[in-house]
Amino acid sequence: MSTTTSKASVGRGGQKGQKPNPVAWLDERTGLAALSKKQLRKVFPDHWSFMLGEIALWSFVILLLTGVFLSLWFKPSMTEVEYLGSYANLRGLHMSEAYASTLEISFDVRGGLLMRQMHHWSANLFIASMMIHMLRVFFTGAFRKPREINWLIGLGLLQLGIIEGFAGYSLPDDLLSGIGLRIAEGIMLSIPVVGTYITFFVFGGEFPGDDFIPRLYTVHVLLIPGILVALISAHMLLLVYHKHTQWPGPGRTNNNVVGYPLMPVYMAKAGGFFFIVFGVTALMGGLMQINPIWLYGPYNPSQVTADSQPDWYMGWLDGGLRIMPAWETTAFGFTLSWNVFVPAVVLMGLLFTVLAVYPFIERWITGDTREHHLLDRPRNQPTRTAFGVAGMTAFGVLWIAAGNDVIGPMFNLSIYAITWFCRIGLFVLPVLAFIITRRWCLSLQRHDREVLLHGYETGVIVRSPEGAYSEIHAPINPVSAYNLTTHERRSPLELPPREDANGVRAPQPGKERVRARLSRFWYGDDVDKPTAEELEEAHHHAAEHGQLDGGRHVGIETGGHVGGDDFDLEQAPNR
Amino acid sequence: MKFLSSRRRHPLAGLLVVLLGLIAVGASYSAFRPAVADDTRDDTELIAEGRELYVVGCASCHGLNAEGIVTKRGDNYGPPLIGVGAAAVDFQVGTGRMPAQRPDTQIPDKHPAYGDEEVSALAAYIASLGPGPAIPAEEYYDVTDATEEEIVRGGQLYLTNCAACHNYAGSGGALPEGRYAPPVRGVEPRYIYEAMLTGPQQMPVFSDEVLTPEDKHDVIAYIDSLDTQANYGGSNLGSLGPVGEGMWAWLVGIGSLVLAAVWIANNGARAGKSKS
Repeated sequence: MSTTTSKASVGRGGQKGQKPNPVAWLDERTGLAALSKKQLRKVFPDHWSFMLGEIALWSFVILLLTGVFLSLWFKPSMTEVEYLGSYANLRGLHMSEAYASTLEISFDVRGGLLMRQMHHWSANLFIASMMIHMLRVFFTGAFRKPREINWLIGLGLLQLGIIEGFAGYSLPDDLLSGIGLRIAEGIMLSIPVVGTYITFFVFGGEFPGDDFIPRLYTVHVLLIPGILVALISAHMLLLVYHKHTQWPGPGRTNNNVVGYPLMPVYMAKAGGFFFIVFGVTALMGGLMQINPIWLYGPYNPSQVTADSQPDWYMGWLDGGLRIMPAWETTAFGFTLSWNVFVPAVVLMGLLFTVLAVYPFIERWITGDTREHHLLDRPRNQPTRTAFGVAGMTAFGVLWIAAGNDVIGPMFNLSIYAITWFCRIGLFVLPVLAFIITRRWCLSLQRHDREVLLHGYETGVIVRSPEGAYSEIHAPINPVSAYNLTTHERRSPLELPPREDANGVRAPQPGKERVRARLSRFWYGDDVDKPTAEELEEAHHHAAEHGQLDGGRHVGIETGGHVGGDDFDLEQAPNR
Repeated sequence: MKFLSSRRRHPLAGLLVVLLGLIAVGASYSAFRPAVADDTRDDTELIAEGRELYVVGCASCHGLNAEGIVTKRGDNYGPPLIGVGAAAVDFQVGTGRMPAQRPDTQIPDKHPAYGDEEVSALAAYIASLGPGPAIPAEEYYDVTDATEEEIVRGGQLYLTNCAACHNYAGSGGALPEGRYAPPVRGVEPRYIYEAMLTGPQQMPVFSDEVLTPEDKHDVIAYIDSLDTQANYGGSNLGSLGPVGEGMWAWLVGIGSLVLAAVWIANNGARAGKSKS
């Protein structure tokens, strides 16, 4: 802060006979006014899809609040105790203190079960909202320069959130926790060479041991939440620094942000949204049972229950485990468990690596190194959209595989049939989804072009004096036309000519050739928006044939009524 | 004697004498009546009646003499029923599983085709073919006055022996090849007992050596306690485990929150005016 500002603030507060103003009081001591003046007027654009990340943020706040409540009673200890609490069906059983204290929270602490269930539901919502937020960012291209780092931070948040969720799922030391941890142990064991060492290091000896729950507790309430808070702060600071992306439209450019200021509009909207998220979570926690640990009973390695599944965000990993064929290799007296290693370790690494490097790969293929603050419509990036949908499809197949024990009896299907469907579907369906989505996007592009050139279909059929019938096409309004034409004309990268005018051979490194080919794949099929000349020509042509202006004669373009129907041309083609 | 003689002409005296006489005759009849012979005759009748029902309703699959029918591939069209015992018949027919509507990987329960008397006739007929588990007496499965210790013990037995297929809350689960473990919640205690005793369809037999009658009683007491206890924490969403919970998190949670986001974004300061 500069000296002049400091002087001014001291002078303001020092005037005699003036009532002490609390804002001034605060500002004199913190100097927040200058910062707030700028940040409170910060503009955010209005679109529902920009609020998905907010659901994650508010869920995280709810997780912190309910988590603190739970930590007041939860005892992360494997000490064996005899349960003497309120739940009669387990009274007198010996169990770990962790499980007993979770029962106490559920049955003997006022509001404890509500808090536990809210904590669990909001964990599910936290990761779900991070995921849909990430999909929004992906499909609109909001990860492009300058936001690549924020994409990576977001990916880190998602991964940490999943680990944090799994840690929480494992803490109560109920039957399901134990089964989940046993699988986690198996996954660690499957890592070649170091697997056994890692397991012994993590569990402090043989599974399950007495050390793991206290260790996991520290990770769950201190380590990961701390990193999450730091990363969320970084994520939002970068958001403020980059300014929010926006949908293209009249008046919205790559150099401005059109929307409403933080204070008061977004303060109210975001604050209100917090209460909605809290309300929905509280309703779910109060009305919908989640993780009924009293039915699972304390963990006992000799027991297992049907419908032992992970929470949904680990479902894709579990699905991979369920459909993987039982492949093993034994070499030099060591067993390589491909059946666990491939679906758990390799698959997880693959997914997160692909997500992490995607922005850089796309940037290299398209050769686009400029900054982007305007969002893409998914149809205008057919290949990216198709990749995204293919990824979602693979994820969905793994989800189905993880739910096979519920889906089977529910729909009278054989579990083996579901397994084989998923085994084949995991490889076939994403390819199909890619092709279909890409085609779909191209068709939508073609449709946009049609609408620009020939207007939209009014649904009004006219009969000419000769008796011919035709449908009137009316021009779309200028705003829609602007929105449909505002994206850039994209063309694949071209290799420089092999020989220049003087016959000198230009070098064409293999990397560049691969890149040109990929770029052709990326943009080669795009249906470009019409050029200005094409538009001129089309309108001229339409005027000649009375197509576009044909409506004028029946008086619809003036926003009048046709046959008594309310038919407002200005409103209808609102694209 | 003065008490009686002075009232011998009382209007109700004659009635009393007749009543005493009737009681004396009835008591001596029941004491000397040929009870054993009568019972045997009843059983024979029951078996004959059971056989008649069997021939009409069951023989097409299980064979005319319950010897079973083997298909050309060597599978059982209907398995032999000699030695399955009355308990198996009471379970299969009493829960409506038998007679089956068609041969299938698993025969589901449905509205029973036979009444109680017909079921006991069928059971008597099958029991007469060879020794097998009898229908348990009510004292074995009556859990109305089960103690807390019995329920807790039954819970551990349930989680060790039953939950792997029938799920932690008794809502059933999947088995390979399209088979399934049916829900055990809301099933009559007698049928749960008989199922453990006879191992119907996919279920293994939990004989009295594996699970003693006392164990079986406690397991039933635990299942019964699940039916009577409150759904702590709200609707159990079908007790399908985390996959079910995840579905509701997406449908109810994310669904309503996205709708709220749409609503918030479309309303507020000058909403609608700036829409392009």
